[in-house]
Amino acid sequence: MIIKLWVNDKKITDEIDGDAILLDFLRDHGCYSVKRGCETSNCGLCTVLMDSKLVLSCSTLVARADGKHVITLEGLQEEAKEFGGFLADQGAEQCGFCSPGLVISVLTMVKELKNPSDREISEYLSGNLCRCSGYMGQLRAIKRYLNQKGAQKNEIS
Amino acid sequence: MITINNFVKVKTLAEAYQLNQKRTNVVIGGFMWLKMGNRKIQNAIDLSGLGLNKIEETDDEFRIGSMCTLRDLELHEGLNNECQGALKEAVYHIVGVQFRNGATVGGSIYGRYGFSDVLTCLMVLDCYVELFKGGIISLKEFAKKKYDNDILVRILIKKDSRKVSYQSQRNAKMDFPLIAVAVAKKKNNIFVAVGARPMKAKLIQKSGCLSEQNPSQEEIAEFADWAKGQFSYGSNMRASKEYREYLAYVYIKRGVKEVLKDDH
Ligand SMILES: Cc1cc2nc3c(=O)[nH]c(=O)nc-3n(C[C@H](O)[C@H](O)[C@H](O)COP(=O)(O)OP(=O)(O)OC[C@H]3O[C@@H](n4cnc5c(N)ncnc54)[C@H](O)[C@@H]3O)c2cc1C
Ligand code: FES
Ligand code: FES
Repeated sequence: MIIKLWVNDKKITDEIDGDAILLDFLRDHGCYSVKRGCETSNCGLCTVLMDSKLVLSCSTLVARADGKHVITLEGLQEEAKEFGGFLADQGAEQCGFCSPGLVISVLTMVKELKNPSDREISEYLSGNLCRCSGYMGQLRAIKRYLNQKGAQKNEIS
Repeated sequence: MITINNFVKVKTLAEAYQLNQKRTNVVIGGFMWLKMGNRKIQNAIDLSGLGLNKIEETDDEFRIGSMCTLRDLELHEGLNNECQGALKEAVYHIVGVQFRNGATVGGSIYGRYGFSDVLTCLMVLDCYVELFKGGIISLKEFAKKKYDNDILVRILIKKDSRKVSYQSQRNAKMDFPLIAVAVAKKKNNIFVAVGARPMKAKLIQKSGCLSEQNPSQEEIAEFADWAKGQFSYGSNMRASKEYREYLAYVYIKRGVKEVLKDDH
């Protein structure tokens, strides 16, 4: 089938198979930030935005993206760089494999949640697994990032 | 692995129903569950062009299109006001935001999964399933029904001001629940649904079982003990039969206390 979609604001028309998966399609179109982890909808590594909503590209049919706008980290480089600095400052990355999924989720969370508490942050990001960091460095980085943006209700502890 | 030959974006429910009569054709909800299986699909029936991704509120009911996501349930203010946040609590622990943006209400209810938080919670509400061919039937009846080739169009929840509580327990954050308990109260009727036993949710209802005025702790415990006994339990890798039965007792008791709050 022929589909038309926008990937990072670039219009793409392509012929796809009915069972083509968005993750593969995005990588075939040069979006290497999108990674395959568990492939069972659990780890969040493959997270992208589809019409401004976070989705798991490993579990999304490309056919469902027809007519939609898909954003990957390649399309959010400025914002990702800014938040990436906070992660680095807190030593929150070890292997860094989980970072693309985490970063895109954090950037979306900032838009969706007003003054999130630590609990709300952890809950929002519970679909982004990290096997190295133990999450505390990430949480510190997120809180400092939110504080700089004036968007957190808790004091930094 | 799952393979799909054609992805068919249907224009009408009748077209979807007709296609769905053939075993090799399959309705696609959020695709989260289907993707985990092994299947060769000839025609994937896509309902996303039929406007079923909306929650409509009328004076006396909520009409939830089958393509609404679990995240839509979680974020809908009117719906959660009606059930005091119970539906939000039921879906909140399902994997993560990205997952809940994908998994649909239709897929969750059609599947009638044993572990389902969604089915357990909806069961204690005055809830109905609208089927293309089968018409409107109660969720309780639908849960017992054999799988067939109908199309689940909407879930209907009547507004009847019942008080609702939902609780579940997991061994790990993103795991399936090992027990799921919903309790509701309407006038002097108490509704209890227990799911993840690990069998699918079942509903019981009892009238006039607790004193109208301030039932005592003993009375509540006695009711919970009776209610827990109305369900069967089983063991699997997540929990033993005995543990589930004990947890059901504890959560029914807590649920009843919750729905009795502010009553007196
Ligand atoms: C990794 C993982 C973890 C999960 N954890 C939980 C959990 O903790 N708690 C919980 O409650 N649930 C859990 N679920 C289940 C999940 O919430 C959904 O219920 C499930 O994925 C089905 O929804 P779907 O939209 O993905 O349906 P699909 O996978 O698209 O479809 C499921 C079935 O429903 C049929 N179907 C879909 N829509 C219709 C329709 N409108 N009419 C007729 N048939 C239809 C399909 O043909 C298919 O047979 C989990 C699922 C996965 C994959
Ligand atoms: S690869 Fe998609 S959730 Fe893990
Ligand atoms: S830093 Fe290695 S998985 Fe997160």
